[in-house]
Amino acid sequence: MGSDFVIEMQDVWKTYPNGTHALQGVTVKIDRNEFVYVVGPSGAGKSTFMKLIYREEVPTKGQISVNGFNIGKLKHRKIPYVRRNIGVIFQDFRLLPKLTAYENVAFAMEVIEAPKRLIKKRVMEVLDLVGLKNKANSEPSQLSGGEQQRVAIARAIVNNPSVIIADEPTGNLDPETSWGIMQLLDEINFRGTTIVMATHNKDIVNTMRKRVIAIEQGNIVRDQVRGEYGYEF
Amino acid sequence: MNFSTLLRHFREGTKNVFRNGWMSVASITSIIVSLFILGVFILVVLNVNKFADQADSQVQISVYLKLDVNEKARETLQNEIGMMPEVSKVTFIPKEQGLEEFRKKLGPDGKDLLDGYQKGDNPLPDKLKIEVKEPTTVPALAAKIEQLNNSHADKPILKVNYGKGTVETLFKITKMIRNVGLIFVAGLGIMSMFLISNTIRVTILARRREISIMKLVGATNQFIRWPFFIEGALIGLIGSLVTVGIILFGYNQIEVWAGSRLGVMFKLVSLNDIWLLLSGLLVGLGLLIGIWGSTVSIRKFLKV
Repeated sequence: MGSDFVIEMQDVWKTYPNGTHALQGVTVKIDRNEFVYVVGPSGAGKSTFMKLIYREEVPTKGQISVNGFNIGKLKHRKIPYVRRNIGVIFQDFRLLPKLTAYENVAFAMEVIEAPKRLIKKRVMEVLDLVGLKNKANSEPSQLSGGEQQRVAIARAIVNNPSVIIADEPTGNLDPETSWGIMQLLDEINFRGTTIVMATHNKDIVNTMRKRVIAIEQGNIVRDQVRGEYGYEF
Repeated sequence: MNFSTLLRHFREGTKNVFRNGWMSVASITSIIVSLFILGVFILVVLNVNKFADQADSQVQISVYLKLDVNEKARETLQNEIGMMPEVSKVTFIPKEQGLEEFRKKLGPDGKDLLDGYQKGDNPLPDKLKIEVKEPTTVPALAAKIEQLNNSHADKPILKVNYGKGTVETLFKITKMIRNVGLIFVAGLGIMSMFLISNTIRVTILARRREISIMKLVGATNQFIRWPFFIEGALIGLIGSLVTVGIILFGYNQIEVWAGSRLGVMFKLVSLNDIWLLLSGLLVGLGLLIGIWGSTVSIRKFLKV
């Protein structure tokens, strides 16, 4: 497809085997360095939208390109290499439970077979960036929710991905901690990383004004620069 | 894959054994239990086999001669039997020796019984003891020797004895023991494979989340598989080495104990003859099961 955009979807449909039409002809372009909120009611297709970007799901119809790769047509053994250029953050953090914060972040670099010395330097660097340098040797169970999410963010950015996909990153956190996470994401965006974030947090969307894409019943119903949340919940 | 990545896989695989504490203990234990049962059974079968072999080899034919047979006729007969292809050895046992053996067999209790019989009035006939190459040929050979009697004018043979009936039963029993043993060993082998792979499957099921996270950060299947492979091999190795230790030590104790009790009647299979083969078999099997269990079980989680 050879797109100049970081993410480009062209008439994308997704129908699950059980017959659910999660997405029905979505077309969207997300440019380099953008910060995009994806909002909408539960079950409207937000998660599917996100999963299609990091190739957890394949579109039933249509084309998706991420970093210039046609994601839908990707061969299985190529998937890992595309994912290395996409950082993913989840509501439930998804850290490896028996590894320390350091090891969790280092893992993403070991996967790409980075030299050990470089790993050490870079991991400490990003742990410092997320404010957890002094908790490098703690396991997830010893960290608070906010701290775990910071480790997850450190892991997502350690390989300098061009885009970060965040699926309700503040969903499990109290408001104060959420703001800390948002400031961190904002800074990462400021440094040049595209961020696509699905969220139900009205306060955050309305305070930190960014592009807002609203999805309802599998369609994009609203796409605003510096938009608002637009729902009561 | 570069060398430092390979090193990383070994390091991670080893660490994982400890990180998964109880799960590893469960896997190792099930390997120990299965291999132990298998090992003990192999030892039992080996010993039963040896016993059966010994019993078989003790099957022989006794040819009792008439009292009036002279030395020349006896030697002719002895030669003729010796020429038969089934026969490995023919020994002449004069009646004096026969009486001596009979005394020994009866032991101190029966000593009085034979006290009256001395050289002059020995009631026993002379005997030819015939050993055979293949125990199963005994009944046919005995018949053949009886036939031989008719070709001599003086019919020197009084009686041919080989424990008719008893021998046939013995063959049946030893054959059955061998077959049943083989079936049991095969069955136990398969059973332990299932037991172990099941344990490992459970441990890996608990780790499917871990695998999905690895995939999310862009790990290739190969990269994910390696530490599991090492971990499985290590668990198999630890389990089988412990089993080998227990079995070799235990069998050694039994051998010492049996050596002082069973005496010369029956000797256990010597540990020196089998320890290397047995250890090799158990360790090899342990490694195979550990590796197989871990790699096969993660395969289905790798498809995303």
